[in-house]
Amino acid sequence: MPGVTAVTRSSSVVVEIGGLPIRLHCDSPTFLRQIEERYAGYVDSSDAAGFDFEIELAPPDAVSADEDVRVSCDAGRWVMERGDFRAEWNPATARGRIRQTRNPYSLDSVLRIVHTLLLAREGGFLLHASSAIRNGRAFLFSGVSGAGKTTMARLAPPDAALLTDEISYVTRKNGGYFAVGTPFYGELARPGENLEAPIEGVYLLAKGPKNKIEPIVGADAVRGLMANLLFFARDPEFVKLVFDSAFDFVRRVPVRRLTFVPDTSVWELIV
Amino acid sequence: MNTLYVARNTAIAARALGEETMVMSAADSTLFTLDEIASVIWDAADGTTPLEEIVASRICAQYDVAPEVALKDAEALVENLADRGIMVISDQPLAHPGR
Repeated sequence: MPGVTAVTRSSSVVVEIGGLPIRLHCDSPTFLRQIEERYAGYVDSSDAAGFDFEIELAPPDAVSADEDVRVSCDAGRWVMERGDFRAEWNPATARGRIRQTRNPYSLDSVLRIVHTLLLAREGGFLLHASSAIRNGRAFLFSGVSGAGKTTMARLAPPDAALLTDEISYVTRKNGGYFAVGTPFYGELARPGENLEAPIEGVYLLAKGPKNKIEPIVGADAVRGLMANLLFFARDPEFVKLVFDSAFDFVRRVPVRRLTFVPDTSVWELIV
Repeated sequence: MNTLYVARNTAIAARALGEETMVMSAADSTLFTLDEIASVIWDAADGTTPLEEIVASRICAQYDVAPEVALKDAEALVENLADRGIMVISDQPLAHPGR
């Protein structure tokens, strides 16, 4: 949470995102330092962790060119695979293993998947969106690659606290939805601020000749949201959880189309 | 065509929204939107009621459409949904659809 400081332990480091602390164990002090640097602002100095992962570093030649992520659940154990990593995680024991190369982006991918699985149980999700807090409320700007997520982040005024330019973290609590800062970044190449705020609305991005906001309701809102959800698992129970969350979300949070000219004037509409 | 029985696949998520129904396949996360008529058939697809009976009681009784036309359209719809893996069709009643 806000204000935490980074503390190196002998063989592990705790990374806390969205209030979910995950302890990462590794024999390599060098790699642990890399993790601390990569997740600066999200490294928890306390010893408490809800989940533990052992990281085994594989030689660089262990990487294959397979870029497809495969996530499956077998008898309660999740398996996550891509060419550069293979991870297993058992929610019942709260323990897992990751075999990967030294590339920190492999760990980034595993953490994104684990958080989608954890969030689904709580009614939350990760969304392809940049997000920022302004006047105590969070604004999410969603779209596919090239839609303008990072552009909106770059154009943000000084009074806006940037939560991410790439992957927004949405949690459900107290009957509402909150956006939480994440270390998951895109072209901006810097982590978001470790803050949270209730979500004012989701803006589906489109570039156009002038700035305008239009409401999106019903099935169109669900479709727009679902198109941008991070969705790895093919497990029927998981699919139903995420699907239900999307419906509940659009019932409670406004979804709008934001057509914008890529200059600072667009933020005059975001108040 | 023989008597057809239709059922919703269990490996899906579905929610009604107004007169439409949104269905997501767990197999590939594809999202489908069923219109009003398709939603009526979807709701009635319990695996034990023949499609012909669904069309007669739920479609022809509510909408101005000839029975043979409605049945032909319904058969095309359920075959399409079955091809996409979100519905199961059989010439026998379906006790455990989608398993």
